[in-house]
Amino acid sequence: MSFGANLKKVFSQNIREYGMYIALFVIMAIFAVTTKGTFISARNISNLVNQMGYIAVLAVGMMLVIVARQIDLSVGFLAGFLGAVAAIAMTQWNLPVFIVIPMILVFGILAGLLTGFMVAQLKIPAFVASMAGWLAYRGLILLVTEATGTIIIPDETFNAIGNGFIPDFGGSFLPGIHKVSLLIGIIAIVAFIYNEIRSRNKKQAYGFEVLPTEMFIMKLVIISLLVGTISWILASYQGFSWTLVIVLIVAGVYDFVANKTIIGRHIYAVGGNPEAAELSGISVSKILYLVFGSMGMLAALSGILFASRLKSATTTAGNLFEMDAIAACYIGGVSAAGGVGKIMGAIIGALVMMSLQNGMQLMGTGISLQYVIRGLVLTAAVIFDVATRNRAK
Amino acid sequence: MATPILEMKGITKEFPGVKALSNVSFQVAENEIHCLVGENGAGKSTLMKVLSGVYPHGTYTGEILFNGKEQKFGGIADSEKAGIAIIYQEMALVPEMTVYENIFLGHEIGNGTVIDWDETIKQAGDMLKRVRLDVNPATKVKDLGVGKQQLVEIAKALSKNVKLLILDEPTSALNEDDCENLFKLLRELKQHGVTCVLISHKLKEVIGIADTVTVLRDGKTICTLDAKAGEVSESILIKHMVGREINNVYPPKDHKPSNEVVLEVKNWSAYNTVLGRTILKDVNFYVKKGEVVGFAGLMGSGRTELALSIFGNPDHYRISGELFLNGKKRTFHNPQEAIDAKIAYVTEDRKTDGLILIQDVKQNITLANLHEIANNGVVDNNAEVKVATGYRGELNIKTPTIEQKVGNLSGGNQQKVSLGKWLFVKPNVLILDEPTRGIDVGAKYEIYTIMTRLVKQGMSIIMISSELLEVLGMSDRIYVLSSGRITGELPIEEATQEKIMKLATD
Ligand SMILES: Nc1ncnc2c1ncn2[C@@H]1O[C@H](COP(=O)(O)OP(=O)(O)OP(=O)(O)O)[C@@H](O)[C@H]1O
Ligand SMILES: [Mg+2]
Repeated sequence: MSFGANLKKVFSQNIREYGMYIALFVIMAIFAVTTKGTFISARNISNLVNQMGYIAVLAVGMMLVIVARQIDLSVGFLAGFLGAVAAIAMTQWNLPVFIVIPMILVFGILAGLLTGFMVAQLKIPAFVASMAGWLAYRGLILLVTEATGTIIIPDETFNAIGNGFIPDFGGSFLPGIHKVSLLIGIIAIVAFIYNEIRSRNKKQAYGFEVLPTEMFIMKLVIISLLVGTISWILASYQGFSWTLVIVLIVAGVYDFVANKTIIGRHIYAVGGNPEAAELSGISVSKILYLVFGSMGMLAALSGILFASRLKSATTTAGNLFEMDAIAACYIGGVSAAGGVGKIMGAIIGALVMMSLQNGMQLMGTGISLQYVIRGLVLTAAVIFDVATRNRAK
Repeated sequence: MATPILEMKGITKEFPGVKALSNVSFQVAENEIHCLVGENGAGKSTLMKVLSGVYPHGTYTGEILFNGKEQKFGGIADSEKAGIAIIYQEMALVPEMTVYENIFLGHEIGNGTVIDWDETIKQAGDMLKRVRLDVNPATKVKDLGVGKQQLVEIAKALSKNVKLLILDEPTSALNEDDCENLFKLLRELKQHGVTCVLISHKLKEVIGIADTVTVLRDGKTICTLDAKAGEVSESILIKHMVGREINNVYPPKDHKPSNEVVLEVKNWSAYNTVLGRTILKDVNFYVKKGEVVGFAGLMGSGRTELALSIFGNPDHYRISGELFLNGKKRTFHNPQEAIDAKIAYVTEDRKTDGLILIQDVKQNITLANLHEIANNGVVDNNAEVKVATGYRGELNIKTPTIEQKVGNLSGGNQQKVSLGKWLFVKPNVLILDEPTRGIDVGAKYEIYTIMTRLVKQGMSIIMISSELLEVLGMSDRIYVLSSGRITGELPIEEATQEKIMKLATD
């Protein structure tokens, strides 16, 4: 087959997966033009990544929740509430930050397990159970911030999580460039290429279908260029932020668990067919505890990221986070029927949602119109998804 | 041949990696019962899906002439309008709705906005009379047995003025009475101008009812035989289907069960808390090492419930009684514990609770025993591929690659994947619930051969089956269940069809 024909075939077979990348690219290109380049400036890209962090980690957790055929509406205000608890722990209980962070994560896990208990044990539909949480956590935020209003967080270390950058060394060599970040980018590219080639060879050895060679090379080049460019842009500003590092670690760990481990397999099996999973010796309720527990933990992380970014806990923190996270999952190709969805999709989805918000803010679009446009983009994404899915049948 | 009501010419249908149909032609004469037979994966269901618009015009090549006119169906609605109705093996009724609501679902009677319920109920009653089903139209569908549900589906098709009725393996889940009933009805409908295409793996019933038989093999039409002219017999059909002769239906029995009892169940009773009734009462049985024990009985006699109650009781029945495994008393709280104790249960319905259709062949095969191919909780993909490739070869699973989604396999091959999955847990006791439902003759023989090989290696097999011949052909000993009780135990030498039937209706 010719390269062109191959391209067409591969493209039409994978249109669903590529769709979100294309959407992201188009949105970024549009904003690049409408903001006369400000959107893709190093400063703004760096800013965008930091803004995205607290939604991205929520979306990762939500992805697994939806894959397991559940939903969790409580995580937005849970994040806000736990952020406030963190602030109180530091300012009023005078706990050091390295105790506060693990403590908040544990609180998050407990809150998630509580939702899990209602769903797995009491058999309450997740929508209702987590809506109850939504109300309760919303009330709790108001309660704990009632006396003080916004709580300012003075702790430098804590605030660095959402605002700081990883340190650099190397002195006068390559001035103006963050060398460690660049190095991480290069290592990531090399590891990626090595992994791809290895897994392709293996697949070929087993006689599985693989991308045609030119296409494969094209894929490697495009992704390497992308990672390279982003690393370069960030490195030429202040380097990788702590938020980015955290998001990458969370995404990496969750992607590994989802794809490579028994637990991951079990989650997808439960989402694909709970009856069959139960009869295969998988405890469906254990899996539900697990995904809700993990969701709670990531909600806590999201709360920490957000509070740290604002250097304060506010009474409205967490508002609509869950909606952004759920939207990110759907843009990222999760299936409402369960059993299908990739961690990478959640990250890209979060990036799409945050690019919209960031870009429109730069353009000075009114807040009311922003909501409408976000709604339209979400609808378009899901229409696209459904249309391509039907065609794939 | 009389005037054809349907002509399909040069139909070719491809899926990624599979040519399901290549240049198939298929002709059906008016007012006949036309049977379509072929091995698993031959393309029967696909051909009917092309005809009924499930795969719309443009996704296949070839021509469809119905009633002399060329048809380009864009979906099921189009083919229904033309007078074609298809009834799948999986029921397409809404369980929570009543019979009359189901019959007129999608073409409600009324003024276009408001439904005229009185008229609906009256007409539903007429339709039920036509299919000779004597139930109150206000009954909920979920309260009917499978056989009756099927009649409701036919009534639904009739209410749409169907001219060509397609039934894809309608009898695989029916007991013999219901089958008889169904066939009588089909013959009657034929008199009233309804042509019928029937897909089935039960060759005896094909010979009994067909006017014409078309055989498909590997996506190609092999031949069309005139049954009324006496052109068909089981061996002729098999030869065309498989491409070679198969002389034995069952492999030779050259194994001897040992005297060691592996599994024994005593005074076993179970109460279904959801339905609020006792489903098993004082069941006693045992299985020896290297033995095939058949469980016969009618549908609903409690055989599946018995299997589930032993296999970790996932439906949470209230159970009393004792279970001994290798002489030790055991209680399993969930399927995992049963699996750990080397018991496996191949479910009756592979689609609803056997397989994960959206996942691929290898993922399904390894699902129940991932620990075996994992290090520290991380699945070893190489090991997984090896295992899956092994079972694919051993069970002769027809799939382009082990990365194919199970939902895309033909029914019979899905069943083999399900079997492979449970063989991979390396059980000592293997419970097979209707192991050959929807499976072609060749594959049946393969599965029987595998069973024989397994018992020779010392495995014990409990085989639940509604096909008497299979129970008689494969078992070393037979238990018969009726309404949740064991009504008889027969050594194979003494067992006959009549004796089993009598015990089953006790
Ligand atoms: N959606 C699909 N995607 C890919 N392959 C498919 C799909 N549907 C069917 N096939 C393949 O097409 C072939 C024909 O399948 P089909 O279901 O028509 O067989 P069948 O004759 O009905 O078999 P059975 O008796 O087992 O039901 C099989 O090889 C099957 O794997
Ligand atoms: Mg079929």
